[in-house]
Amino acid sequence: MRLVLIVMLPFLGAHLPMLLARAGRRACAIATGLTTLTAFVLLLTHGPLVLAGEAVSYYQSWIPQLGMDLALRLDGLGFLMAGLILGIGLLIIIYAYFYLGSDEPIGVFFTYLLLFQGAMVGIALCDNILALLVFWEGTSLASFLLIGFWRHLPEARQGARMALVVTGGGGLALIAGMLLLGEIAGTYTISEMVGLSGLVQTSELLPLALLLVAVGCLTKSAQFPFHFWLPHAMAAPTPVSAYLHSATMVKAGVFLLARMWPILSDNPWWFYLLTTTGVVTFILGAVVALFKDDLKAMLAYSTISHLGLITMLLGLGTVAGLVAALLHLMNHAVFKGALFLTVGIIDHETGTRDIKRLGGLWWWLPVTGTVALMAVAANAGLPPFGGFISKEMMLEEVGHITWFGYPRLLAGLATLAGLFSFAYSLRFFIKVFLGRTPEGMVRPHGPSWGLAIPGLFLAMMALGFGLYVEQLASPIIRAAFWGALGRETAVDIHLKLWHGVNTPLLLSGFAFLAGGGLLITHRGWERLFALFSWLDFKAAFDWSVSWTEELCKRVVSLVQSGSLSRYLVWMLVATLLLGGNAFFTSEFQWGTREPLPINGMVIVLSVLMLFTCWFTIANCGNRLLSLIAANVVGLIAAIGFIYFSAPDLALTQISVEVVTLILVLLALYFLPKETVVEGTTLKRGRDIVLAVLAGLAMFGLTWAVLSSDGPKLLADYFIEQSKPAGGGSNVVNVILVDFRGFDTFNEIVVLAISALIIYALLDGAMHGPAAAKLDGWEHDMPRSPEKHPTMLISFTRVLLPLALMVGIYMFLRGHDRPGGGFIAGLVVTIAIITQYMVSGFQWAADRISIDYHAWLGWGLLLAAGTGAAAIVLDYPFLTNAHKHFDLPYFGELDLSSALVFDLGVLMTVVGAVMLALANLSRLGRRAERAAAKAVEATTSEQHGD
Amino acid sequence: MELMVAFAVGIMTTTGVFLLLRKRTFPVILGLIMLTYAVNLFLFAMGRLAVDQPPVIQDQGNGYADPVPQALVLTAIVISFGTTAVIVTMALRAYLEANTDHVDLESSEVGGLPR
Repeated sequence: MRLVLIVMLPFLGAHLPMLLARAGRRACAIATGLTTLTAFVLLLTHGPLVLAGEAVSYYQSWIPQLGMDLALRLDGLGFLMAGLILGIGLLIIIYAYFYLGSDEPIGVFFTYLLLFQGAMVGIALCDNILALLVFWEGTSLASFLLIGFWRHLPEARQGARMALVVTGGGGLALIAGMLLLGEIAGTYTISEMVGLSGLVQTSELLPLALLLVAVGCLTKSAQFPFHFWLPHAMAAPTPVSAYLHSATMVKAGVFLLARMWPILSDNPWWFYLLTTTGVVTFILGAVVALFKDDLKAMLAYSTISHLGLITMLLGLGTVAGLVAALLHLMNHAVFKGALFLTVGIIDHETGTRDIKRLGGLWWWLPVTGTVALMAVAANAGLPPFGGFISKEMMLEEVGHITWFGYPRLLAGLATLAGLFSFAYSLRFFIKVFLGRTPEGMVRPHGPSWGLAIPGLFLAMMALGFGLYVEQLASPIIRAAFWGALGRETAVDIHLKLWHGVNTPLLLSGFAFLAGGGLLITHRGWERLFALFSWLDFKAAFDWSVSWTEELCKRVVSLVQSGSLSRYLVWMLVATLLLGGNAFFTSEFQWGTREPLPINGMVIVLSVLMLFTCWFTIANCGNRLLSLIAANVVGLIAAIGFIYFSAPDLALTQISVEVVTLILVLLALYFLPKETVVEGTTLKRGRDIVLAVLAGLAMFGLTWAVLSSDGPKLLADYFIEQSKPAGGGSNVVNVILVDFRGFDTFNEIVVLAISALIIYALLDGAMHGPAAAKLDGWEHDMPRSPEKHPTMLISFTRVLLPLALMVGIYMFLRGHDRPGGGFIAGLVVTIAIITQYMVSGFQWAADRISIDYHAWLGWGLLLAAGTGAAAIVLDYPFLTNAHKHFDLPYFGELDLSSALVFDLGVLMTVVGAVMLALANLSRLGRRAERAAAKAVEATTSEQHGD
Repeated sequence: MELMVAFAVGIMTTTGVFLLLRKRTFPVILGLIMLTYAVNLFLFAMGRLAVDQPPVIQDQGNGYADPVPQALVLTAIVISFGTTAVIVTMALRAYLEANTDHVDLESSEVGGLPR
């Protein structure tokens, strides 16, 4: 359980800085720091067990169908990685608090940082590769947010985007590779996969899987040719660069390679792919770093170079190579972190990171200078720092390797890279801290303790890992080594600072001297390097991005032409083809159900329907006519419902018809009143053919069902249980409010949502261009001279209480006779809307003070509350409570909670429909006033004449 | 009798689809309303047809029609009012903003994704 907490704490804590943003910077930082500290302490409590070679596991089934489980496993390797993430994270939080300006949103920053931390710890501890992939992408996203933290800077946005595209794209390759590996091994659990490496090695798919996994890891760890995103990620605030882009996130790639090491490393593909990529990156990074004037860019290339070194070591496939890789992973995190923090201080205090505009800083910043000296020495691999040990181990190991048939080639290349590493490290220190102070450089103050301490601490660690390697580094590296192998081995590890004078030391010595020589002649080399400035990876990246964008645009404009009717035609054709295919390939036979006898009325109605349908189309030009005709079709359907024993449906259909008619009429007031015939004859012909085909299909489908007998599975149950279980005789209503109450609840939620959408759309029309159009409204149809006919007014006012009575009656009897909340709601709505229509909106609104928003809300609350009450009484949600009342003295009280639920339905329906209609007429009144004014103006003008 | 109902469903679908393929918002809305009628009647018919057998429990009833499709269609009618109302409002707002009730984008807008 503690294990889960380590992963989850950063995610949970990520909410705190956001919530505390108003409580001040300090509160944010303390909450973030405490979260990380707690996770770190929790991790350390596992320390003794893990360092002894044990692994702690936690398993929680997640999506077993996919083989995805939350399987956590803390072994030595995970411990090393999580320790770096949380430990350095703690220092970074302190540093960032002092580094970021007081006007910057530090709460947001810390939230991103914790999100990253959680995802990263997840990678370190995950034992299930599918779950690991989720965390993996999480780090890419968090890195995107952090690089783009200064979103006002274009280079920050570009850098963030580039990092996301490269690492996210690599993540996709990784997903594919991991899925392949999982398929091969038959398990997605890494610790199980380790035991199956023999099976994996013999698979034909292995090279493909390996390549995909490698692409994922190499993009993340910024290896050539994917390295270019890392220098651009330096647009992030320096604490982020120190944390994500040198100490932890870019290590995720090499970490995963170390995890895969026992499964995949015994393979020529692995060897050649990784050693080659590694050594090329190692050299390239070191060379470019020597010629970068921006300190952060220099450190970025230095990081790329060191990651190349680790990749190369992992690629060797030897045990000693693995140990050296793990040791260097730890060392590099420490000393490169210190270097970044130093550069951050320089930037913060002098306002520049340009090496040519800095110099002699030692005299102003002695503490920072000391930190820089220690870190730089470790970076260059000088004794007695930790970096020296891992570099010597590397040189020793590559000396034994034959690469592409050449026994000493790899060692030579590694020495060459080491030479450049010396040179750029020296250049950094000499140029920035010693030497002449250039003119115009700001004289820096000493940094505050919060900026100085984290770097100093890391530099001391770098020293400690060298001087006390046996005590400090060995236990961790030994455990990590066991963890990476997935088992304990007889091979023991002895890390020593001093191995005497041997080949690696001589190689280092040579590299040191030659590096010094290179630095002295730097000016000349710089000119040579400038000749290669046309090699611009960013330009190539930008070009490929814009090319892809152009391609996508073409494809989209082809498919997404912006023509609604074209989309519909495609959908129709596809549906018809699918349905037709199913029909013509099946052995379908018409049913033999006895048809009901035909009577005269039905024939008349059918003919009427045919006629009105034709009328609707034929009078398409006159919108008012076609609307009325369409409504007649609806009414005929309602008559059909009555005839075929569905009184509830008929009542609903009729009342909905009325409301829909009013709604569309209100809208039609604003729309053009006529439709011109458009489109070629060919297109009309196409539409007719499609429409007829669709009609035929629906006719056939309906006929096929109606002519056959089907099983009445649910009907009998509901009819039987309606009275005893639901307490009502109207089965339809009982189904609505009781048996399928949850469905009904969802339906009224949908209704409420659509009412709110309508409100938003119409309220928005009261501002902007739409409102301007309303204010300039002119009538496009002749107006009736009598606005509100007196006869009608008197009549409808008498009718109002009667109509409301009908509504209440419909509601109360709904459970036993046709009626219910939906129908009653519609009847009440119609009663109210009649007043609005006949007497004018203002008159009605002054007298009917109903807040329709409130009705909507209360209706939903009432319905939900009835359901929730059942939960409180320990019944399932929405259980009808009619039989649960058995009061003393009163006896069985025949009061159904379904009635309350139905009241909720009623209120929602009234609220929703009235909200829609009232807001439409609000628009109407505005236009009306404008039009009246216009008429007044013209008449007064005429009078003036 | 069943044939007549199937015929009605077919006719309403034909009308609905034809109107749906028009180029202006108003006929499209009418087509949608028509299609709603057709679909509701179709769903209702899935419970088979019955005359004089409303699903209301009576002492001397002569059988009951299938109540399940009826309950489904009842809410469907109300919901389709809700969605129709949304479409109508969208058409209205679009007309007020854009000054045209054409359902297609203009050719200059097609494929012109925001950069």
